[in-house]
Amino acid sequence: MVTYLFFLLATLAVGSALATIMSRSTVNSALFLVLNMVSLAGVYLLLKAQFLAIIQILVYAGAIMVLFLFVIMLLNVDDEQTIFSKKTFRNAFGFLLGGIVAGQLFYAIAGYTGVLPDISAEMTSVGTVEAIGKTMFTEYLFPFEVTAILLTVAVVGALFIAQRNPKSQN
Amino acid sequence: MLSLTWFLALSAILFAIGTIGVLTRKNAIVIFMSVELMLNAVNLTLVAFSSFMGDIHGQILVFFSLCVAAAEAAVGLAIVIAIFRNNLTVDITKIKLLRW
Repeated sequence: MVTYLFFLLATLAVGSALATIMSRSTVNSALFLVLNMVSLAGVYLLLKAQFLAIIQILVYAGAIMVLFLFVIMLLNVDDEQTIFSKKTFRNAFGFLLGGIVAGQLFYAIAGYTGVLPDISAEMTSVGTVEAIGKTMFTEYLFPFEVTAILLTVAVVGALFIAQRNPKSQN
Repeated sequence: MLSLTWFLALSAILFAIGTIGVLTRKNAIVIFMSVELMLNAVNLTLVAFSSFMGDIHGQILVFFSLCVAAAEAAVGLAIVIAIFRNNLTVDITKIKLLRW
């Protein structure tokens, strides 16, 4: 059952990822990316990481992709006429480099010798909100607080970059 | 239970697709979405290792990486808006102030 579910979700994730980089319309790309995020959240659930699955849907599919769609709406970008039709050197190089990256990763995975520890049944349920909260608010309290500063800086920086330059108005 | 290799292979495929997207597309927003794809692939690796080793620290790292991704999306899209305002395009082949 879990195996079938994994292969279903994996097919969905890979297919929507391919559709993201190949669809002509930017809005379609964004919506396929949402599908990709949701199927990855399903994979997280299979890995018993319930908290991260919910966070993935809330933050990625909810917040970040809405931001993407708003920017696409603001910019009013036309559909691209040519994505892969022109067989330029750049495209060929991109595919070649992507293939090399995939080959390297698969080589690393194939060379991986099992060093997994034997874990008991209760250790696999590490992904609950309780377990993550316990670790985050004791051991990782300082990084958690620094994250707040990071997000504040990001918001201020985004506002500063995106605002209209007053000098260019006249 | 499924072995760890399947999850790592899925993550590797998604990362490679993201790489190809970054290198071949022209639209800056689509390139940015491909970067998000790569970030997600790496997160999947971290969650898989964390779950199979019974160690929670990998998932904490994914949480922080999600925070960084949110910040990065906000700043990156602001940069895209700034580029569009100056050049009236998001096609990266037409933005060539620093290229020959």
